[in-house]
Amino acid sequence: MLTLIARRVVRLVVVLAGVSVVTFAILHVSGDPVALMMPEAPEADRAALRLAMGFNDPLTVQFGRFVASIARGDFGKSFFHRAPALPLVLERMPTTLLLTVLAMALSLALAVPLGIVSAVRRNSVIDHGATFVVFLGTSMPVFWTGIMLMLLFAVRLRLLPVSGWDSWAALILPAITLASASTPLLLRIVRSSMLDVINLDYVRTARAKGVSEWLVICHHALVNAALPLVTVAGLQFGLLLGGAIITETVFAVPGVGRLIVGAIRQLDFPIVQAGVFVFALIVVLVNFAVDLLYIYLNPQIRVR
Amino acid sequence: MAIGTLARPGVTTAALPDTDRSRAWRKLIGNPAAVAGTVILLFVIAVAVAAPYVAPHDPARQSLIRRFTPPLWVQGGLPAYPLGTDQVGRDILSRIIYGARISLLVGVAAVAVSLVVGVTLGLVSGLLRGRVDAVIMTAVDVTLSFPQLLLALAFVAALGPSLLTIIVVLGLTGWERYTRVVRAEVLALRETDFVEAARAIGASPARMALKHLLPNTFSSIIVISTLQVAQAILQEAALSFLGVGSGTAHPTWGQMIALGRDFVSVAWWLATFPGLAILLTVLAINLVGDRLRDALDPRVR
Repeated sequence: MLTLIARRVVRLVVVLAGVSVVTFAILHVSGDPVALMMPEAPEADRAALRLAMGFNDPLTVQFGRFVASIARGDFGKSFFHRAPALPLVLERMPTTLLLTVLAMALSLALAVPLGIVSAVRRNSVIDHGATFVVFLGTSMPVFWTGIMLMLLFAVRLRLLPVSGWDSWAALILPAITLASASTPLLLRIVRSSMLDVINLDYVRTARAKGVSEWLVICHHALVNAALPLVTVAGLQFGLLLGGAIITETVFAVPGVGRLIVGAIRQLDFPIVQAGVFVFALIVVLVNFAVDLLYIYLNPQIRVR
Repeated sequence: MAIGTLARPGVTTAALPDTDRSRAWRKLIGNPAAVAGTVILLFVIAVAVAAPYVAPHDPARQSLIRRFTPPLWVQGGLPAYPLGTDQVGRDILSRIIYGARISLLVGVAAVAVSLVVGVTLGLVSGLLRGRVDAVIMTAVDVTLSFPQLLLALAFVAALGPSLLTIIVVLGLTGWERYTRVVRAEVLALRETDFVEAARAIGASPARMALKHLLPNTFSSIIVISTLQVAQAILQEAALSFLGVGSGTAHPTWGQMIALGRDFVSVAWWLATFPGLAILLTVLAINLVGDRLRDALDPRVR
């Protein structure tokens, strides 16, 4: 078990190295970072900036410098905000995380019970209805779902605020919108992993012993169906962060996603790089935690 | 070539033996949802191809007196503009029809890029194993660490928005699924008798990959591709919604919805109809793809 954890740590480090290569590439992929930063400046100014920022050095040297500075938490200064990029990203992180966690909770609260009922009452009206919702949910663009909810609940019914982030009521529509992106897949996984275990011998034995149906499902079946769910919930986190970018833009939520979208429009690359790196870091760490949880939860590995 | 023919029965030449293939067809045809999906999809493709002939108006023509005309069935609607007009009086229906071209083009082309890159890496990874496999799988893990949309957003912005950039970037951020699936299938196929036999008669790695392994991954590739096209259409829409679209004057569905968001309290139809177009198209592809999976995937069968 210890070697397994050690192997996960090594993979964590390797993946983070890869993540920094990709983040570095964002600025350098076009060949001339300076042209990106100041498209209208005269060539003499550009040459001066190129020299000052060390863009004439070999790429490997520049990458070395990049890694050294991000290790110190330095992604450079935002051109637009005239302040270090990383703190700008980090101070908006709680908002994005709150939105993401709310959506995740909502998703689980919907997907787990619905998925269980769909599996237990296979081919019932509820099961077919759930399948329909899964298809609809995976086919709707998140931003459009958000605008439609806004149209109905904020513009027509005037029940909730159109946008912003200043009251609890303002959190409702963004959270529902984001959850609409992740619920279908979770529901599908819960249903199929419940179906996998529900007809196994030990579940039948439990039933034969006279254990109540409710206990069979919650205790015998669900515990074993939870393993794939844990893995998928980890992967979903990346999907939710991606969805948060869109949701924040639709509802004008002052989070990291909106900051990044704004930075992209202003070609403010220090913020883009800091934002991309922080998002990837979160996904990597969440999946690392999921890996460890998996090792802990899976008796086949734990015993060895 | 006795050994070659010996190895043949079963799976070598075709992805599926004939009886299985006809069963797959029957499964596909016998499902009303899949048939509906196919019909909708063919309709969208036909409309996109024939856009100049079926669109009632020039999608770019503005008419300030006609701006914010509501849809036909709402009071104030005009028969000439069935789905209404936008804030500068352009016909929504015509713009949706032209928008279908970009969505389908980007969806299919991006998936073609993903397919070529992903399948090649998957074959190489499964065939060579060892160090090469480790490097490729790390690349997969790294790609999975980024929200795809965020990565696409950053690179499209860095390369300057154009149709080609969007296609290449969406293609290069969506390849990892092919690699994972093809690699897993190759690793399983390595253990089968016919691959063993091919190796025994000295087939080169390239011949092994193209002649023996690749054909047997076709059904998975078809299934993934369908669902990936649906994903790519959604991603393209999201990119143009966020303002890093194709950079052309052509209308796209995502762009139309972005405009609609700004006028959501005055004119609900601006955002609603392009979104319905995306929903219908993607839903149709997903229905077909899901049924294809049921029909082609031996595990489901």
